[in-house]
Amino acid sequence: MKFTEEHEWLRVEGDEVVVGITTHAAEQLGDVVFVELPDEGAEVTKDDEIVVIESVKAASDILAPLDGEITEVNEALVDEPGKVNDDPEGDAWFFKMKVEDLSVMDELMDEAAYKAFIA
Amino acid sequence: MPVVAFEHASGPGRRDACVSDLKRTPLYDLHVEIGAKMVPFAGYDMPVQYKLGVMKEHLHCRSAAGLFDVSHMGQVVLRARDPQLAKTALEGLIPQDVLGLGEGRQRYGFFTNDKGGIEDDLMFANRGDHLFLVVNAACKDADVARLRKGLEPDVTVKLLENRALLALQGPKAEAVLANLNPEVAGMRFMDVATVALAGAECWVSRSGYTGEDGFEISVPVAAAADLANALIAHEDVEPIGLGARDSLRLEAGLCLYGQDMDDGLNPVEASLSWAIQKVRRADGARAAGFPGADVILGALKDGVDRHRVGLLPEGRAPMRQAVPLFQHAEGGEQIGFVTSGGFGPSVGAPVAMGIVADSLHTPGTQLFGDVRGKRLPVKVAKLPFVPAGFKR
Repeated sequence: MKFTEEHEWLRVEGDEVVVGITTHAAEQLGDVVFVELPDEGAEVTKDDEIVVIESVKAASDILAPLDGEITEVNEALVDEPGKVNDDPEGDAWFFKMKVEDLSVMDELMDEAAYKAFIA
Repeated sequence: MPVVAFEHASGPGRRDACVSDLKRTPLYDLHVEIGAKMVPFAGYDMPVQYKLGVMKEHLHCRSAAGLFDVSHMGQVVLRARDPQLAKTALEGLIPQDVLGLGEGRQRYGFFTNDKGGIEDDLMFANRGDHLFLVVNAACKDADVARLRKGLEPDVTVKLLENRALLALQGPKAEAVLANLNPEVAGMRFMDVATVALAGAECWVSRSGYTGEDGFEISVPVAAAADLANALIAHEDVEPIGLGARDSLRLEAGLCLYGQDMDDGLNPVEASLSWAIQKVRRADGARAAGFPGADVILGALKDGVDRHRVGLLPEGRAPMRQAVPLFQHAEGGEQIGFVTSGGFGPSVGAPVAMGIVADSLHTPGTQLFGDVRGKRLPVKVAKLPFVPAGFKR
């Protein structure tokens, strides 16, 4: 698992990357009440605002962590936004994407580096 | 993801940026000890939530009882040699009936300005030989200055620094507080009384700002932590932060000063006409005689061209403060805006309040709110969103 400074986690599954937000981010946001996901098939550029997430406190965006194509979104989060708080680094992934070159993942933080980042 | 900090997303407290200047309430150490997340609000370092989180705290308060630290609010005592003099003088600053308020009773009111706008809202109580006021934290210095200017030297105005203020709210509040002193069970909504709690002389009112039955308790600073600990020791009581306080008051249709009312909105526009008693209206025995009376009495007689209303977004997306409102899904002029909005945990859906143009304020009217560039459907709704639990 890799991590961004925007508090996303990325996990490689076959030739796809699964993306969600970290437990730390979910705790900071508080109870999530609304999730808006991108369209499957959308071409996205790194740092595009592609997901809207609203908690009881405020609205935030999730940025595309890499350039690529959205291949699948987790529709279950639309009906049950609270899953983001229950299992942020498991069931509550947001989207899967295809990227041209998986080696860009190497520039991201590993778990130890992320832990130091949020400490 | 730009994770939003713990800042309470709304309210007059936002202008306080400098963390080092923040004041602390007498319960600060207790908040930290029991795991509160602290945020700047109206110049104070305040708990926005505790371990349960906003959603569960909100629901707990509606089903059992919640304890709030509202010591940041201003507690003010007005005294005169003749108590009637203090009442008459206060009537010069607010459009409420103060002289007709019986001893041991409290009423809701607001300070107005010469343009008829609202400078702050308040609770005022007749405690026999004095009047006791509770005003908003962000406005308290201005309120005290206004009171001094308007009432001195005949009336003394004292901002109390030696008392904390707690609110115990929820359907089990009476049973919990009666454990400490059974006298409170005899109080009705908006009664005030002096009651011994935790060995201290407390000034208790049966009121609050959640839409639930409950009490607000003014307690000497020296006894505040003991009283708070005694209350949260009860299995039915959870501490509740500012986050849930905001969603509770919003579901109850209660205004937050600086959002749902302000100095540019008159009480009729703010849908607060109910809080102006007949005796202060045109043809009343003590009509007018408060700042902006011409505007406000004129608005009561002739109507206004905008109104505060409840709003129920039809989708799942919350419509928050400042969302512009339109009559149609496309085109047309903006006809209003959201003043407070978020998710209503008890409603189980987004709820909001806003200001809309006259003729569009009837419950059931279909409007549209612009959320991130999309016009989403929203209906004008009756307030409150949840039935009040007051013990009348």
